[in-house]
Amino acid sequence: MEVKVVRNVLDVNAKMAEENRRFFAENGVFVLNVMSSPGSGKTTILEKTLTRIMPEIQSAVIVGDICTTNDADRLSISGAPVVQINTDEFGGDCHLAAHVIENAARQIDLAGLDLLIVENVGNLVCPAEFDIGEDARVVVLSVAEGEDKSVKYPLMFRECQACLLNKTDLLPYLDYDLEKARQYIDQVHPGMPVFETSAKTGEGLDSWIAWIRDRVADKAGLQQQA
Amino acid sequence: MHEMGIALQIIDIATAAIPPEMRGRRVEKVNLRIGKLSAVVVDSLNFCLEIATRDTSLAEAEFSIEEVPVVAQCRECGYEWQVAQAVFKCPECGSGNLEMISGRELDVVSIDIEEPVDSEMQNQSR
Repeated sequence: MEVKVVRNVLDVNAKMAEENRRFFAENGVFVLNVMSSPGSGKTTILEKTLTRIMPEIQSAVIVGDICTTNDADRLSISGAPVVQINTDEFGGDCHLAAHVIENAARQIDLAGLDLLIVENVGNLVCPAEFDIGEDARVVVLSVAEGEDKSVKYPLMFRECQACLLNKTDLLPYLDYDLEKARQYIDQVHPGMPVFETSAKTGEGLDSWIAWIRDRVADKAGLQQQA
Repeated sequence: MHEMGIALQIIDIATAAIPPEMRGRRVEKVNLRIGKLSAVVVDSLNFCLEIATRDTSLAEAEFSIEEVPVVAQCRECGYEWQVAQAVFKCPECGSGNLEMISGRELDVVSIDIEEPVDSEMQNQSR
């Protein structure tokens, strides 16, 4: 005999993510989930971004890796509080799940904080599936990775609200068709803003930082109204 | 890559769905629905389910996976179609303002439990 179930497999995570979202909203913190494949330049982008927005925008970072505290060490230099998560304790997980973020967020004093950045585990597949209670998701893609990553990993690019095309300083040395990469991204997620950046030289970071500023200000405004 | 975690969740949900009065009966089938846009590789999931159900009440269960196509509806002109080749633009009017109708499913739909043997039925009716 058939017993009806109809339950989403990730509903436990979704519930926890909603609790996180409420918790972050109460504190008026804008939460940004930054995802990419390994080696796209996420950490360098965040280093440069934090240097430019701190202390005006009070920020903290939760960074996920399977092993090492290398990224946390690099990001700490900005003066932002950093919590490193090593997922090898969770079986080498390929993504950060909502309960992991909840534990990490407890280690940060959210009062007085404007922005919480979550640097996810480098992976274009799994992190896209897991809601962590964030306000926005962005994907970083480096020009060294090929033009068609967005059509190969459509879920990631559908789920994000902005894309950074990073390492543009390498373009003179690559057979990379920037226009084609933009077309592919627009095909998967029409209208999504794409920022061409070089974290190394700082080129293109202005519009990306302006995008963050707007969103942080919106969230702070919402909290004041509440 | 996270198929083992998904497999363990499926096993938890399916096991919890067995009604108390049917505990001990064999689960013949677990019916799953997985959207084509979800980040799950069905072959890997099947492999993980096989390993993770060993020595559990689901050890003999068949996992039936219905793959759900990615279907979108245009919010501008109302056209509904099956998305292919990751083109998320309305083929009728070109708009990217879409409502996703299906493709993100990751659901345990139902479980099939073996019918009780006759003696058990008689015991129950007594």
